[in-house]
Amino acid sequence: MRIASTPTWSRIAAIGEHRPAATLSNDDLAARGVDTNDEWIRTRTGISRRHIAGPDETVVSMAIDAAAKALASAGFTGADVDLVVLATCTMTRQIPGGAARVATGIGAPGVGAFDVNAACGGFCYALSVASDAVRVGSARRAVVIGSERITDFIDWPDRGTSILFGDGAAAVVVEGSDQPGIGPVAWGSDGDSYTSVWIPEDDWAIRMDGQAVFRWATTHLAPVAQQACELAGVELSELNAFVPHQANVRIIDALARSLKLPDHVVVARDIATTGNTSAASVPLALSSLVSAGEVSSGDLALLLAFGAGLTYAGQVVRIP
Amino acid sequence: MSQQEILAELAQIVNEIAGVPAADVTPEKTFLDDLDVDSLSMVEIATAAEDKFGIRIPDDDLKDLKTVGDAVAYIEKAGVSV
Repeated sequence: MRIASTPTWSRIAAIGEHRPAATLSNDDLAARGVDTNDEWIRTRTGISRRHIAGPDETVVSMAIDAAAKALASAGFTGADVDLVVLATCTMTRQIPGGAARVATGIGAPGVGAFDVNAACGGFCYALSVASDAVRVGSARRAVVIGSERITDFIDWPDRGTSILFGDGAAAVVVEGSDQPGIGPVAWGSDGDSYTSVWIPEDDWAIRMDGQAVFRWATTHLAPVAQQACELAGVELSELNAFVPHQANVRIIDALARSLKLPDHVVVARDIATTGNTSAASVPLALSSLVSAGEVSSGDLALLLAFGAGLTYAGQVVRIP
Repeated sequence: MSQQEILAELAQIVNEIAGVPAADVTPEKTFLDDLDVDSLSMVEIATAAEDKFGIRIPDDDLKDLKTVGDAVAYIEKAGVSV
């Protein structure tokens, strides 16, 4: 083989998002007949409201919108993209995946395109494979999207799940770089716990053992976060931001506590207004930090996704 | 480790996790009603107690620990190995 030289490193060049127009407050949920109230939801989960996709906002259409915004923000068009990776677990049909339609939708028809299903862990898995593709020369520039329409799989009277989830999409553009901008991934799984959060056989909606998930997340993920930092050669104290999957603010707080993050590290709590958006959660939270000016270009952020499977993945990135 | 020492360490854990003043963590207090410590915080407290005292507190046992005194007795019985 005589392989052309490739970029040494990879980086995130841009970020874009799509949050559905319609929102549902905790009071709206109670009015829908869910046996709960605003105070209970806010103290147990940290959520005040979440976005709900309308009939025209599908996994594919939200992904296209988020990706197009990311590209436009950095002055790119679809012609600059040769790989689309779509992290999602809420396509309503298993076949076909959504990535090929997203590629067409952003003006990159025919490029390499595939879906990644690692549930709420999906975005960091997808980011990792896109980063590797760019570094090895399989792609010049990739778009990595997390997009979910979880509310299609929510049984509203089931307050174990219906109070938590929301819809949305966010995307990043990944390209080669002469400085490291995306660290190696620390990833893993726990197949023995596949029933902790799942759609059971003969069921159509997501069911969750919240206590078990809380216990697993707060005991097993701190070492993964530390490993991701070690792989990037970064001390926890050197981080500017911690962006965990927005599963539940109590998990986020417990993780930040157990990592003993110094006060200067901004912790993403996008869940308050967005809910748990599965694979869209980490990139939406990252997008919020950037839009709010809570992080600056060049800052170091630790991304940590985790969820059904159980699966988890995290890596340190530089803010575009 | 004496019950006094267990109580002191437990009070510190409850303070760090749930923000309850350590002096309020006394044996007759219930976690939920007196100290406003909900079941998610109890899971975090249990995990910290497992690390601190070198014991295991399965979920089934955790739900029976209603008062601070219950927890201290459980930890003592589980055989603190520190």
